[in-house]
Amino acid sequence: MGEGGVWRAMLRPEFACSALPWRAAGYLLVTGATGALLCAGLLVAVVVFGALAVVLVGLPLLAALGLVGVAYAPWERGLLRLLDGTRVADPHQVPVRPGLPAWLRLRYREQATWRELGFTVLAAFLLWPVDLIVVGGALVVPAYLLGALPLLLADGEQVNVLKVWVVHSPVVAGALGVAGLAAAALCAYPLTAVAAGRAALARLLLSPTGQEVRIGELVSSRARLVDAFEAERRRIERDLHDGAQQRLVALSMALGLARLDAPAGSALATRLAAAQREAGAALAELRELIHGIHPQVLTDRGLPDACADAADRSPVPVEVRLDLPGRFAPAVESAGYFAVCEALANIARHSGAGAARIEGRYADGLLTIDVWDDGGGGADPAGGTGLTGLADRVSVVDGALTLDSPPGGPTLLRVEIPCTPLSPTPPSPTRCA
Amino acid sequence: MHPAEPDPTEPDPLRIVLAEDSVLLREGLIGLLARFGHQVVAAVGDAEALHAAVAEHVPDIVITDVRMPPGQTDEGLRAAVALRERRPGLPVLVLSQYVQRSYAADMLDSGDGSGVGYLLKDRIGQVDDFVAAVGAVAAGGTVVDPEVVRQLLRRRRDPLERLTPREREVLALMAEGRSNAAICRALVVSDAAVGKHVGNILMKLDLPPAEETHRRVMAVLEFLRA
Repeated sequence: MGEGGVWRAMLRPEFACSALPWRAAGYLLVTGATGALLCAGLLVAVVVFGALAVVLVGLPLLAALGLVGVAYAPWERGLLRLLDGTRVADPHQVPVRPGLPAWLRLRYREQATWRELGFTVLAAFLLWPVDLIVVGGALVVPAYLLGALPLLLADGEQVNVLKVWVVHSPVVAGALGVAGLAAAALCAYPLTAVAAGRAALARLLLSPTGQEVRIGELVSSRARLVDAFEAERRRIERDLHDGAQQRLVALSMALGLARLDAPAGSALATRLAAAQREAGAALAELRELIHGIHPQVLTDRGLPDACADAADRSPVPVEVRLDLPGRFAPAVESAGYFAVCEALANIARHSGAGAARIEGRYADGLLTIDVWDDGGGGADPAGGTGLTGLADRVSVVDGALTLDSPPGGPTLLRVEIPCTPLSPTPPSPTRCA
Repeated sequence: MHPAEPDPTEPDPLRIVLAEDSVLLREGLIGLLARFGHQVVAAVGDAEALHAAVAEHVPDIVITDVRMPPGQTDEGLRAAVALRERRPGLPVLVLSQYVQRSYAADMLDSGDGSGVGYLLKDRIGQVDDFVAAVGAVAAGGTVVDPEVVRQLLRRRRDPLERLTPREREVLALMAEGRSNAAICRALVVSDAAVGKHVGNILMKLDLPPAEETHRRVMAVLEFLRA
């Protein structure tokens, strides 16, 4: 039906006979009842926590009451669906890091949390009596009028309509029944109007604002971009591996076979040998290029092996110590790996270091990789594009990069990426049959 | 690569199972090996078919690619290691596009490290050397690509610290699967000098006295392990 659909539906002639007034009555009944319960619960909680505040333990409990709206709002958003069938989006952001502290920090900072608290207080102390009075009036008055004749016939003598009007005549009771039908139809309008008004207030306070919707869209579109970027690198790597690389191997093989047929020491043999050297050089360059785009060892074995490989390639001796619980999402592994590569390249190029160390660990939802070197220090994050690009690359997976490089050294580059392991450490891939 | 070693006897024709998902290379390799009298008894394109083909044909040597369908990860390498576990002593030569110590080490750690090889696909073009390497692996030798060996030499690791530069050179050549005679020619030194270097290497790496070939393999393994 959608937002505002309820109002438009009320203008249609068949409105009173539709299901909508019944849905409105159900909505107000439920919100009234839960509002009453919420009122009682909140009063008790405030009194008890307030008393406990004297001995200090109540203070954090009172602070936690600030989040009561976060707990109650999903219920109200669900009820909106009962009334007009529209889904109301959750205005909250998903915390980047797992764990309660990160969740609490985010929730207390969000504007949506306080809007939800405001609505919850309204629902608990103001709205529920209105809800119950309106739904009660709209149902009870027509019900009494309609019930006059059957009750009179059952009693045989008299019926007391709405506790104020004693009726003896079946004719009058029958007329009241007809009036009851009309009253039911008429009551449907204020009933539905109050329900729709309450729903509009709930929607105003509990749905995401324009800015929150934009933030949500930006977060998800950035995640999609990162994934697309990662997938694209892998596609390019795969295309080069399956295409150009195989063809160059085949070319080198064909040249090798041709050399067997060429007379030894002839000009042809010399030229074929030169051609094959060129093919070999092209293969070696292509191999390095592919490795730089996306190393296969990272896909196959994950960060520890890929970092050990990067260390192997470094002219500065590098010690590698990574203690990780398993594999991570491809984008996370890529960001970590390329950060390590860039750091090692900087060490080789600028630091004058004699030794370097890569240390990695995972705790409390945070992957931390430290790259340390004993070089001259004084690395400036603003100086080279390498470090800026690195910081960008890490930040797209919500990570952070810190550099500590005092003049005279040592230099410590730390990459922190919030993430969760994909699975516990699988059995070593090379050991499974 | 070094020139092919002159072999007084024509090598026995080998029965080969080949696993390579690129049709271009598969057909090329079949033709190349046939030219040297070897027979590719089965050529397959994925790891599962490789297992089946080895069970059916019981070949003299398996030559396999690293990356294969369906996962396009290191399935070929894993299949090679699994085959070596199931059939100790089955010679396996892995053809790879990756200069990757950990991949080569997986192969060398399978079984007792004899009858294995890890070569870059670039080497196929050096036809004589490539075919010689196939023969060496089939005969129980250990062959590691010079590029991988070079990467290893850049690393500084303790057991190897004790070797002199010359001894390291000799060990690197041993890892490439060369005989003492071939090492003499490559380094232009006397046979006796190479023998002395090899002896020193085996001693410095604390390898237990055993049959000479086995100790050579052990030395290469020591060299490749981190």
